[in-house]
Amino acid sequence: MTVPISSAEAMAARLGEVGYLAGDSAALVTYLATRLGKPVLVEGPAGVGKTELAKALARATERRLVRLQCYEGLDEAKALYEWNYRKQLLRIQTEAPDAGWERVHDDIFGEEFLLSRPLLEAISTPEPVVLLIDEIDKTDQEFEAMLLEVLSDFQVSIPELGVVEARSHPLVLLTSNNSRELTEALKRRCLYLWLDYPDAERELEIVRLHAPEISETTARRLIEVVHMVRALDLKKPPSIAESIDWARALLLLGAEELDAGVFERTLSIIVKHRTDLDLVAERVGVKLAPGGIREARRSA
Amino acid sequence: MGSAKRAEAPDRGAGGGRAAGSLPGRLYGGLPPRQGPPGFDARLLELGDELRREGVAIGTSELLDAFGALGEVSWTDQRAFREALAATLAKSQEDRRVFEALFERFFFRAVERERVEKGLAERRFSEDGDPEAIDFDSLREVVRAALRAGSDGEMRDLARLSIAALGRQGEGSGVIGVDIQRIRRSLGLRGGGSTEPPEGEADRDTVPTEGLREFERHLRRELERDSVERTRSLPPARPLRELDRALPSAPLQDLAAVHRVAARLKRRLATQGHETRGRRRAEVVDVRRTVRASLETGGVPLRLRHRPRRPRRPELYLLCDVSTSVTSASVFFLSVLHALHDAFGKLRSFVFVERISEVTDLFARERSFAAVSRAIASDAGVADVSGYTDYGRVWLEFLAEVVDDLDPRSTVIVLGDARTNGREPHAAAFGRVAERAGRTFWINPEPKLYWNYGDSVMRAYEPFCDGVYECWSTRQLEAFVNALTDARSGPA
Repeated sequence: MTVPISSAEAMAARLGEVGYLAGDSAALVTYLATRLGKPVLVEGPAGVGKTELAKALARATERRLVRLQCYEGLDEAKALYEWNYRKQLLRIQTEAPDAGWERVHDDIFGEEFLLSRPLLEAISTPEPVVLLIDEIDKTDQEFEAMLLEVLSDFQVSIPELGVVEARSHPLVLLTSNNSRELTEALKRRCLYLWLDYPDAERELEIVRLHAPEISETTARRLIEVVHMVRALDLKKPPSIAESIDWARALLLLGAEELDAGVFERTLSIIVKHRTDLDLVAERVGVKLAPGGIREARRSA
Repeated sequence: MGSAKRAEAPDRGAGGGRAAGSLPGRLYGGLPPRQGPPGFDARLLELGDELRREGVAIGTSELLDAFGALGEVSWTDQRAFREALAATLAKSQEDRRVFEALFERFFFRAVERERVEKGLAERRFSEDGDPEAIDFDSLREVVRAALRAGSDGEMRDLARLSIAALGRQGEGSGVIGVDIQRIRRSLGLRGGGSTEPPEGEADRDTVPTEGLREFERHLRRELERDSVERTRSLPPARPLRELDRALPSAPLQDLAAVHRVAARLKRRLATQGHETRGRRRAEVVDVRRTVRASLETGGVPLRLRHRPRRPRRPELYLLCDVSTSVTSASVFFLSVLHALHDAFGKLRSFVFVERISEVTDLFARERSFAAVSRAIASDAGVADVSGYTDYGRVWLEFLAEVVDDLDPRSTVIVLGDARTNGREPHAAAFGRVAERAGRTFWINPEPKLYWNYGDSVMRAYEPFCDGVYECWSTRQLEAFVNALTDARSGPA
């Protein structure tokens, strides 16, 4: 751990150093999280950098990242801990016939037979980590309820073993794609951060950070087009990651100018639905007609 | 609201907070709220109270977090202050919207109240000079430049200057909205321009819409401030929710409203039914998972695994009146339900005025609310000649054409005001439709008070329905959709 981060601005700067350009609120809320020791619930549309924020935070604070990817049907055996049944069986079978019940019982429910899963691992390591619980909205409410103990008290109760208390205080980020309402109990324990698509200037910076070879004018046009596309009512609007991919693709193709032809050929990088493709080609493609967007905008 | 109640709230939380032991102690022990009404702590609790009144769930722990967070940010930076409060108090995007609206109003009012109590008054521009002396043309230029630059502080000063120059003649009209528009017109400000400096004559008059809105906001604040100062009292605080929750009553209402309601309902629907979906409470054994689980115990199936129960996915038949009186409510309702189509097994929509016509394909094709409204309005099949609703004829046609597709799993929903324009209601035909369908609901976009008045024949149809709902706000619409997908309500 280097110098502790002492303000929201310092947090933004540190995140910037490790390649994540955070908005004001993202920097402030993550800073508050480090100070208050509260988990952060990050919501927002897909592809605005929610998971990336956690990764960057781990780099910025020089902590290890422990990630728990959620999915429907995820249960405590995969998230918290599990008893190693096979090893326990072996232990029982190798036991001498005269060994007492008490001794065997104490033995097989010891830490040796415990498989720790991400959540237990995150609180039982001696050096603090960043814990990312990704897409929490994919799990069911029982799982959320189980998280409450970990998130507010940083401890895990194992019936056979007792309570495992945190040796370190992890920095917790939960992400959600907003596909269902989370329980009040979970929200209550978290700080809330809504990440939205960045404005044009910041997205331009992000793209130029990740594809530094792209020329200023091409990048600017690219962002303008992406913003135009996002303004349409699409099934899946293009994410930041897709803007970056697009910029890289243009570099690979050696495209100097973002005109209608290039746009048409590379459109599938940012738009991924059949019906969306038609809509975008129809609404945005025409504006790009031979002279590029600048012309079209002036005449509009 | 007694202030005593507010003051004791944090004490209760600090004593009973289960998390207090394991979190940094200074957070919970270090910032005891002062007792009694004066001071900032009481203001923050009042803000919490006001948010609660708007339906934002704020517990004591949220307020404690807010106090903790405010200890970490600089109070001179308004944005940081606001973000810190928002992160701890508003836990969803919906809440955040309410928070933004309320934050602004609350701190404005708090400052104004203090000012009225202490009898402070700001020096007015009009007092230190003759308003006639202000040069309108140069004022106009400066305002435009400021709007393009988007500088907040400058805009505030200019708003006050503009009011001094233009608004104060005769103390204004008394209605703030009117005054704002008058000042805007006098300054010749029009939205729709860009932030770049003007290039041609045509560009000179327009200013960025965003900037203009900001400027109007400043004007409103300053005018309100003046009004508070004049009358020495605060205007009453109206609840926010009711204002922006009414269903659209004008045609071609904004798409954003459809999206907002649909998104909210989608989340609700996704959450709903989870309590009956827990694996333990299901009856059907999942053989594959049971065998798999048995591997852990050496092939002995010690634990049974169950198949999760899926939520009910009703098959819907929507019949919507699109005569002029209810057309926007109908199109809105159709759009919302079509946006939610994954939640339903099957969804077929019909619109009617004098006759009925199916529009399912239209919704599959068009995704813009405006385009759908236009297409429905111009659809020749429904309106016929008079444009007056004929419910009786609609039931007969529906019986003839569609009723064979109905089965006990289907749900028929009728949206209409049941105003037959004096024609025969054919309630028996409607009864036969209801008989064939598993469930029948009627939602009426008119308030219940007006039912059965005039030519409304709700009474004739009501006995055949499993439920009749009045539905003129998005909240009622939500309640209805929830009831619709609730696995436990209504006959199977």
